[in-house]
Amino acid sequence: MIRLLLTLTLAVSAMTAQADTMRLAVTTSFQNSGLADELLPAIRRDTGHDIQVLVVGTGQALRLGAAGDVDAVLVHAKSSELAHIQAGHAPYRREVMYNDFVILGPQSDPAGVAKAETAAAAFSILAQGDTRFASRGDDSGTHKAERAIWEASGNAPSGSWYIETGAGMGATLNTAVGLGAYVMADRASWLNFGNKSDFEILFEGDVRLFNQYAFLPTSAEKHPHIDGELAKSIESWLTGPTGQGMIGAYRVDGVQVFFPNANDQTQQSNHGQRPKLAIPTCPRPPVHSGQRP
Amino acid sequence: MEWGDLTEITLRSLAVSLSATGVAALIAMPFGAWLAIQPFRGRRWAIATLNALIGIPPVVVGLVVYLLLSRSGPFGVLGLLFTPWAMILAQVVVITPLIASLTHQTVRDLWLRYRDLLVSMNTTRRQRLAILLRDGQRGLMTAGLAGFGRAIGEVGAIMIVGGNIDHATRVLTTAITLETSKGNLWFAVALGAVLIALSLVVSLGAHALSRGERRAQW
Repeated sequence: MIRLLLTLTLAVSAMTAQADTMRLAVTTSFQNSGLADELLPAIRRDTGHDIQVLVVGTGQALRLGAAGDVDAVLVHAKSSELAHIQAGHAPYRREVMYNDFVILGPQSDPAGVAKAETAAAAFSILAQGDTRFASRGDDSGTHKAERAIWEASGNAPSGSWYIETGAGMGATLNTAVGLGAYVMADRASWLNFGNKSDFEILFEGDVRLFNQYAFLPTSAEKHPHIDGELAKSIESWLTGPTGQGMIGAYRVDGVQVFFPNANDQTQQSNHGQRPKLAIPTCPRPPVHSGQRP
Repeated sequence: MEWGDLTEITLRSLAVSLSATGVAALIAMPFGAWLAIQPFRGRRWAIATLNALIGIPPVVVGLVVYLLLSRSGPFGVLGLLFTPWAMILAQVVVITPLIASLTHQTVRDLWLRYRDLLVSMNTTRRQRLAILLRDGQRGLMTAGLAGFGRAIGEVGAIMIVGGNIDHATRVLTTAITLETSKGNLWFAVALGAVLIALSLVVSLGAHALSRGERRAQW
């Protein structure tokens, strides 16, 4: 018994022994899109740092950063990010890339969302409550973006048609597909999702569906155990030519899902406005029907 | 996910949950036995509380362990969060009441039979505990296996304190959750089959080691 425990202790020690390990909290879309699996080996190779990725919603990612449990976060909810910086949890934010959200639903589109002019109009149609809508309901970046569109549409979603899953993007997509409910997701997560059933993209291309990802290092001032140089080197890699090039080259089923914009003229590292370019100028990938070629 | 990764997370599942079961057994078995033979005021309450804690929600345990181990928490300086150590700690808390309760049950039944003998032989409390735990080892093995089963199948606590980090804290249950979220439902089911097979192997191994159920022998 004792010997067994000793062996196990050694085994566990071997699993934890690492040097120069950096922890990065990322959003589910970054991971579910498959981009993380593409970038991480390259980061390890080029920087020599091991990078451990925690996949959580933007809300939880920022909380982990505030507690000093991760060295940096890669999230997509600008207003929350600015509040995070305001509170002193991160020194700045650096925009890295963007993609867009899409509104998904059953192919037959019973509510007629595809005919809507804007995202807000599409949500107004859904607010009539004839069909169900699955919301993340987890304070993630996607959830925040969704709520902003509800607000813009002048509707306060509630009622039995509005389902809050309180789960990640993938789990929510599973729920939506299972219930035949409309759902908003980022394009990358959707394209990489394996359980599409008869769902497809019904609405896309509104400015409000713009989705910017930013890198926020955890404040080393507040958390002395954080090695700021480590986060800095990862940031430099992500925003440098290799990282930006790989992000732009990444394809899911032949479709580009992330657009690097770390070095755009309009880039504001600390604060400031949304980059001038938005969805209309972003090279929009062709509508993807859901069937793999 | 490749075969190497599957082997890695399977072994990690095994290492984490076996360690947790071992540590929990070291705490729970003496405690459960002591509870059976030592009368004291409020023992009934203690046993009832113990039995209630069997149903402790792992996700709550995970949350509490997270708050304790977080860099902003009291034990943050140890840097244990998001390591297998944190996962072991959470699992120990989850399964200790279960093992202690089952141990208490086993030892109590034995104690009813042995009591007069052990008292008349003027044994010390330590000797009594040792004898009861040795003679009750079949029941204790069941207690240990029940604890292991709960530990290896658990996902709520280790997801919070381990973080499901690839090549660091990913185990079978958290991998199943991840694959489900990617919509790879059949792959998730396949991982589930591996998990069940692993439990079976451990259970068979424990029975083989205890040399029970051999021909013409109980």
